[in-house]
Amino acid sequence: MKNLLGSGNPYIWLTAGMLTICLLMISGLTVLIMVNGFGIFWPRKIVQFTLLDGEVILGEIAKRESVPHQKDAYRTKVKVGNRDVYGMDFRWIDNADIVSQTYPVHALVFERREWGNLYGFLHGLRQNGGVKPLKPESMASLLGESHALYKKIRYIAKKEIGNINYRIEKTRLELKRLALLQPSEKIQKRVAEVKARMEHLEILYREKEDTLAGFYKKAMEKEVVVLLADGREKIVPVFQIIRISMPNEMGVFAKVGFYIAKFWEFIWGEPREANTEGGVFPAIFGTVMMVLIMSIAVVPLGVLTAVYLKEYAGDNFISRLVRISVSNLAGVPSIVFGVFGLGFFIYLFGGGIDKLFFSETLPTPTYGTGGILWASLTLSLLTVPVVVVATEEGLSAVPRAMREGSYALGATKIETLWKVVLPQATPGILTGTILAMARAAGEVAPLMITGVVKLAPSLPIDGYFPYIHLERKFMHLGFHIYDVGFQSPNVEAAIPMVYTTTLVLLFTVLILNLTAIVVRNKLKKWYNRGAL
Amino acid sequence: MKKKSITVPDPIVNIIDLALYYGKTKALKEINLDISKKKITSFIGPSGCGKSTLIRCLNRMNDLIDSVAIEGCIKIDGQDIYAPAVDVTELRKKVGMVFQKPNPFPKTIYENVVYGPRVQGINKKSILDELCENALKKAALWDEVKDRLRVNALDLSGGQQQRICIARAIATEPEIILLDEPCSALDPIATAKIEDMLVELKKDYTVIIVTHNMQQAARISDYTGFFMLGELIEFNVTTDIFTNPQEKETEDYITGRFG
Ligand SMILES: Nc1ncnc2c1ncn2[C@@H]1O[C@H](COP(=O)(O)OP(=O)(O)OP(=O)(O)O)[C@@H](O)[C@H]1O
Ligand SMILES: [Mg+2]
Repeated sequence: MKNLLGSGNPYIWLTAGMLTICLLMISGLTVLIMVNGFGIFWPRKIVQFTLLDGEVILGEIAKRESVPHQKDAYRTKVKVGNRDVYGMDFRWIDNADIVSQTYPVHALVFERREWGNLYGFLHGLRQNGGVKPLKPESMASLLGESHALYKKIRYIAKKEIGNINYRIEKTRLELKRLALLQPSEKIQKRVAEVKARMEHLEILYREKEDTLAGFYKKAMEKEVVVLLADGREKIVPVFQIIRISMPNEMGVFAKVGFYIAKFWEFIWGEPREANTEGGVFPAIFGTVMMVLIMSIAVVPLGVLTAVYLKEYAGDNFISRLVRISVSNLAGVPSIVFGVFGLGFFIYLFGGGIDKLFFSETLPTPTYGTGGILWASLTLSLLTVPVVVVATEEGLSAVPRAMREGSYALGATKIETLWKVVLPQATPGILTGTILAMARAAGEVAPLMITGVVKLAPSLPIDGYFPYIHLERKFMHLGFHIYDVGFQSPNVEAAIPMVYTTTLVLLFTVLILNLTAIVVRNKLKKWYNRGAL
Repeated sequence: MKKKSITVPDPIVNIIDLALYYGKTKALKEINLDISKKKITSFIGPSGCGKSTLIRCLNRMNDLIDSVAIEGCIKIDGQDIYAPAVDVTELRKKVGMVFQKPNPFPKTIYENVVYGPRVQGINKKSILDELCENALKKAALWDEVKDRLRVNALDLSGGQQQRICIARAIATEPEIILLDEPCSALDPIATAKIEDMLVELKKDYTVIIVTHNMQQAARISDYTGFFMLGELIEFNVTTDIFTNPQEKETEDYITGRFG
């Protein structure tokens, strides 16, 4: 026994064992997320079940499991879709009840803008009251037409009307501002001018509304008649349909194409149906932008703090106390930071900014409410310890000889710091930034009270002056996961989205970090070579 | 104890009763010494005798060490460099220094050489280019690196790096150059190059060099000081020190009978 312990082998096994456990858990988690996340867009076959009582069910198989406490009994969870008809997306059936199971070639999946998927068979096209038969092949041109119309409507609703609204809002604020001034002849003239402009804008607005109404009417003209599994007919406006697929008939290439198209839509599209469908682009955008703003704030804050602590403060009781306190900040629950951000940034700063610069919009707050800027700053407080510690280490790693070399050439302390010490500490600073970014990208709790929302009407960057709107609320992948997974009305249908969103969050963090790591390694190469 | 010291012609540095403490330890004991302008003066002595400490006093590098206390006075061009009114950075521009271990910055060769001038506020490219070229030529490095000025200085060989450090010191256009064992990390060929260069530099600069290499001191220096345990044992014209040492300790040391 003594020999064995003395040999040191058990310790190797112990450490290696622990490493293996860690690796297993990490890879297990990653594989779980990957499989579920990457899997969801792969087209599944549509199954038609006939049950003992004669009922016919059409849908995708979601899950099969054994019935608890019964031997050799299984049941199947079928995604039947058609939520507006059946009231629910999923159904459990006992395998014992199944009489037959077929894969009808012409079964179709209709992806709709509302109410989720529809499973059924194409029956005909209804237009101007009459119904005529319709072949699935001719749906493509119909869909193309309706997508074009959809684009046009979106353009008018978002861009043109948005633009008019923006101008109306500005005019309204100008009126309000004028009303606050001392009345005089000149001002009255201005008011009359502005009012005229307002009227003109309102006329424009109504015109656009009318065009839009016309388009909507046109959109509803064509409807497809779908035959459901139970024999009922369902009428769906073509305009409501996003995509039609025939998974039972698809070859591998068609499936791959479908998969890519769906994934593309997921990454670049906007969410639909309370976030359970569509894409996550606004959330990706919000996450990346928040992490970047956070980095821009945390790097100077952390680096300057570290420089003071390391270069100027010396090693005394107070500086040690500060150092310990900074490190311990990392242990404060993140929600506490959120509350602090709410009180300090939003109410104090934001409220102050509103009073000073946006008094005409009050009591509607501009900066005095949650927004991407405040959320980012809150997170930068949360992550500043990491940057401080890493920067201090980076500064310590700069050899004394470098500083002396600079001093000997007549440089002052600040010149030495700026030109010699800090550049060499950048790899360390970047390491800290990478850790801070990873931490910030995954943090959700403080965001919930400092500016994240489940659905933001517009991105924090757009075409309206001043283009970057730091006061806007934003979407975030982490919060999206929480919202879709636990807050959505249709949790079951949303579960796959949770995995995929997690996957996207992981990849976003990975890409952000890889960029920083590449930069750091380039710098390291430059600073750490030597012939000696 | 007798302090054998001579008067030198045209002194630029006067060290008067200089004593230095690291905390409570006295590392330099009442040094009196003059250094002649545009000559090479070398300091020799066993390890730990205070040679580095002494030359670091001349550009006030010891200010960076908190525990150091200094008594006595050092005058350069007749001015007390430890007087309160003295601007340390100005002093360091006037008294350049090359360290024992090459310490080029991890910047390009060019940026290393023009670091001093830039610190002095020179930013015009044409002037910097000229300064760089002159300094590298004086440091006998121009021919080797003129085509790769944008290469990282850390990619050069040890000897080249040391010459970069010398060029860097020269580019600041000091009056006095301090070298602390500049050749200790170099092979004989690189050493020879640097020795030739130092003799060349003597035309324009006052050179003070610390060395462990007796032959080197004998070869290139005009005056030599011998130190032991923080004391200046003997200071004389180099040939006299090596051919006719006045002190027993000096003789023991240079003939290799010491330690
Ligand atoms: N920063 C310091 N703090 C305390 N003591 C020091 C410090 N630097 C040097 N000393 C001490 O001062 C004495 C002189 O050191 P110095 O470096 O000047 O010797 P040196 O002659 O240059 O030796 P070497 O030839 O080995 O470089 C030594 O005893 C050394 O231990
Ligand atoms: Mg030394």
